[in-house]
Amino acid sequence: MSDASIEKTSKLANDLKTKFGDLLSEIHEFRGECTLVVNDNAKIAEICNYAKSELGFDCLTDLSGVDHLGEEPRFSVVYELYGLTSKAYLRLKVLVEEENCEVPSVTEIWKTADWHEREAYDMMGIRFTNHPDLRRILMWEGYPYFPLRKDFPLEGKETELPDIAFTEKAPMEGGPFVTSPGQPHTTLREPRARTIE
Amino acid sequence: MNPSQKEIGYNTKVEGDVIVTKVDAVLNWFRKNSLWPMPMGLACCAIELMAAGSSRFDISRFGSEVMRFSPRQSDLMIVAGTVTYKMALALRRIYDQMAEPKWVIAMGACASTGGMYRSYSVLQGVDKIVPVNVYVAGCPPRPEALLDALMKLQKQVAKEPLIRTHKAPKPDALSGVHVK
Repeated sequence: MSDASIEKTSKLANDLKTKFGDLLSEIHEFRGECTLVVNDNAKIAEICNYAKSELGFDCLTDLSGVDHLGEEPRFSVVYELYGLTSKAYLRLKVLVEEENCEVPSVTEIWKTADWHEREAYDMMGIRFTNHPDLRRILMWEGYPYFPLRKDFPLEGKETELPDIAFTEKAPMEGGPFVTSPGQPHTTLREPRARTIE
Repeated sequence: MNPSQKEIGYNTKVEGDVIVTKVDAVLNWFRKNSLWPMPMGLACCAIELMAAGSSRFDISRFGSEVMRFSPRQSDLMIVAGTVTYKMALALRRIYDQMAEPKWVIAMGACASTGGMYRSYSVLQGVDKIVPVNVYVAGCPPRPEALLDALMKLQKQVAKEPLIRTHKAPKPDALSGVHVK
């Protein structure tokens, strides 16, 4: 990133910090990227509104959920903001606990957050209040688990597919994309399970 | 019967432009030379399917250039691409809407066995929900491989009996998805 844009980014980040004071943590800067952690989840919509209307961050390039299994709080939601005229990037983080995974939705501010929040809900289980249509987007309606949580296995768990079938775990054979050449079972073809000695 | 008509064969003086054959053979000849595909193009294999339909690897030589996207008007479903569990619901419904007689080609690794995606979201082979006639290996298979599969299917169609009974697929013995 050029010096001018780094300056721009930190100026805008400082602006946001001075406006909201204690609601935001200190600015973490790393290689020209500014990250701010929001201390009060309920105020994220207000902060984002200010960022969009006053500071010109009119593009939400990404909204994703992160699972830090083992840490308290367990989840975080990361908002990547970008200003089209200022060409500055900013990152906001919200820490979400497992027992109370509710975050206000920013769909009214940026329409693209609609599907990103649906994906965060589908994959992590983080609910967004005031979301116009919070339902699963990648897995089917009625899927009981949240697949991208760290304690969910890659091969999946047994579930019921409505109307047509029920599903079982995918055969793993010692890990995804693993085939040991020269073993007797590689001469037979898939799918089959191989027990690991 | 007239003794001179005992020989079985095509006697041009007597029969002229008429060929005597079995109903089986004729119906199957009609069906195999006009298999209208319902392209269930879900992922990258769909691109190779489109290539097979284009002028270089002409699928219309086999009578299949009408890629009917309506299941009511097609008789061959080519499942080209990764079938996720969410899509599997729609795929089964579309297969049920096709009229008999119908056939299925599982094109590519993902449709045949789940391919490289051994995960919670991918159906490990479309043969767990629909009965498959021909599997095509490849990721993606070349258009020529798809046409070879089409020719193998034509040979299968040519051997079908007149009253074609369609059994529901049995539960997969290797476990997995069981069709209700």
